[in-house]
Amino acid sequence: MDWLTPEAWSAVVLSLRVSLTATLVSLPLGVFVAHALARWSFPGKQVLNGLVHLPLILPPVVTGYLLLLTFGRQGPVGGFLDQCCGIVFAFRWTGAALAAAVMAFPLMVRAIRLSIEAVDPGLEQAAATLGASRLWVFATVTLPMILPGILTGAILAFAKAMGEFGATITFVSNIPGETQTLPSAIYAFLQVPGGEGTAIKLVLVSVAVAMAALLASEVLAARMARRLSGT
Amino acid sequence: MSLEVAVRHRFPGFALDVAFTAPDGVTALFGRSGSGKTSVVNAVAGLLRPDAGRVVARGEALVDTGARLWRAPHRRRIGYVFQEARLFPHLSVRQNLLYGRWFARHGGDGPEFDHVVDLLGLAPLLSRRPATLSGGERQRVSIGRAILSRPRLLLMDEPLAALDEARRAEILPYLERVRDEAGIPILYVSHSVSEVARLATTVIVLDEGRVLRAGAAEDVLSDPFSAASAGIRGVGAVITGRIDTHHSDGLTELSTSSAQIFLPRVAAAVGAEIRVRIEAQDVTLSLTRPEGISALNILPCEITDIRRGEGPGVLVRLRSGADTLLARITQRSAERMGLARGTACHAVIKTVSVAPEDIGRRG
Repeated sequence: MDWLTPEAWSAVVLSLRVSLTATLVSLPLGVFVAHALARWSFPGKQVLNGLVHLPLILPPVVTGYLLLLTFGRQGPVGGFLDQCCGIVFAFRWTGAALAAAVMAFPLMVRAIRLSIEAVDPGLEQAAATLGASRLWVFATVTLPMILPGILTGAILAFAKAMGEFGATITFVSNIPGETQTLPSAIYAFLQVPGGEGTAIKLVLVSVAVAMAALLASEVLAARMARRLSGT
Repeated sequence: MSLEVAVRHRFPGFALDVAFTAPDGVTALFGRSGSGKTSVVNAVAGLLRPDAGRVVARGEALVDTGARLWRAPHRRRIGYVFQEARLFPHLSVRQNLLYGRWFARHGGDGPEFDHVVDLLGLAPLLSRRPATLSGGERQRVSIGRAILSRPRLLLMDEPLAALDEARRAEILPYLERVRDEAGIPILYVSHSVSEVARLATTVIVLDEGRVLRAGAAEDVLSDPFSAASAGIRGVGAVITGRIDTHHSDGLTELSTSSAQIFLPRVAAAVGAEIRVRIEAQDVTLSLTRPEGISALNILPCEITDIRRGEGPGVLVRLRSGADTLLARITQRSAERMGLARGTACHAVIKTVSVAPEDIGRRG
């Protein structure tokens, strides 16, 4: 792999790892929150909706700084996690994953929520009259029908995580090999004389990953839709 | 008593306040759209949580707001056949049929899978997906799915309303079989008089969220008062009879409690008890026994009630043997003939005026 310098290569690998981790770990929570927003009525629903969407509207730097305040070693949550379980986010790749997950969360929830709202509640009622509890209704009726939506949400979140820059660099800085993701690396190479060549190569990698993710999701979604409609 | 219902619920712009008991057999909730039929059924199924009330099915309370009792829909063991089938699109017909059965696997006795598949003619459909089925096939699967969940009560909310005439005629015999063979009480919502007349043993007429009339199907359907609430056009009475002979000229001869009558060929064996709905507007009255007339069916009757409606028509209620008939004639005729309660007369019914969908097996 001498097409890319080792430093640039590690940024690509790190970005993939950060984005995959962020997507997979936040997915169950994303499905849960989307389901709550789509189907339940409870006090504070609008507050939850606002919180979920906040990272979409706030400047990424603000989100990153809030993460640092909360999840940094001195922060209330970060300090607790460090002492009780030895989990540290600040200036680690896990922090980059957390930042990516938070920034991608609104996109993920939105896609899944739309697909849940498209499921006819009448089917869920029918399942209930046939003896299925709420959990069973979700597992056997709702979940199989929203798989394409979940996939779309996951791909969107992955793509967003691959491109996350502002919150990441604010929260975990730009440490090569630890927190230097693809966008941070492109930014860093552009700051040094003669770095444009590597930066352009990274841009190409970035475009290729995004396109591949998009194509894969199209193919999978079409296959799932065919299976669901049963034709 | 298989079902007791007493519910009150306030919707925006509509108040529901009904109480009735339904015996075994088919009980029809009958009324115009917007009369509250579906809300009652939803309250029984647990899809509507009433402001106040009590629902008891086969001795077990499902809702009792007085006792703060609320049983979730999935714990009620009530089969629900919806108007639009509501099959699960991602499952095959077989998987749809077995869905409720799996949750009811510890529920004791129930109809066998193969038996239900036979009863509803589902064998050729088992491996197919709902998207490839016709409307009538979907509804048959949905009925099978409900029966197989071992319900203690079946709810059917206008199961035929979304189907065209031909599909309806295809499903009705299956519904009669379910009624006669599955042994599950059925609460059947409909606004079609002919469906109710064919299937129901008990009829409850709803109007604007209240019970207007309740009783045996024959009585309620021939009651001019409930007839009015059903819309005067569809009024008719149900008479019962036993098939005597299938004649070679395409007619079936029936003996009723008062006379022999002839119908277009009925698809049932000699000796079978059937129900025939005769529309009030197809009945002509005569004070003397008419001679030299083409109509084949002449039933001796006695007038038990005359009801004046708006417009030029009157609805005459007649007793013929043990059966009740309704005749819709003009007020002018009634006055000219001097009809009154107790007048003896003859009801004349043309054989060809009896529609095939108005003839059904007796449950």
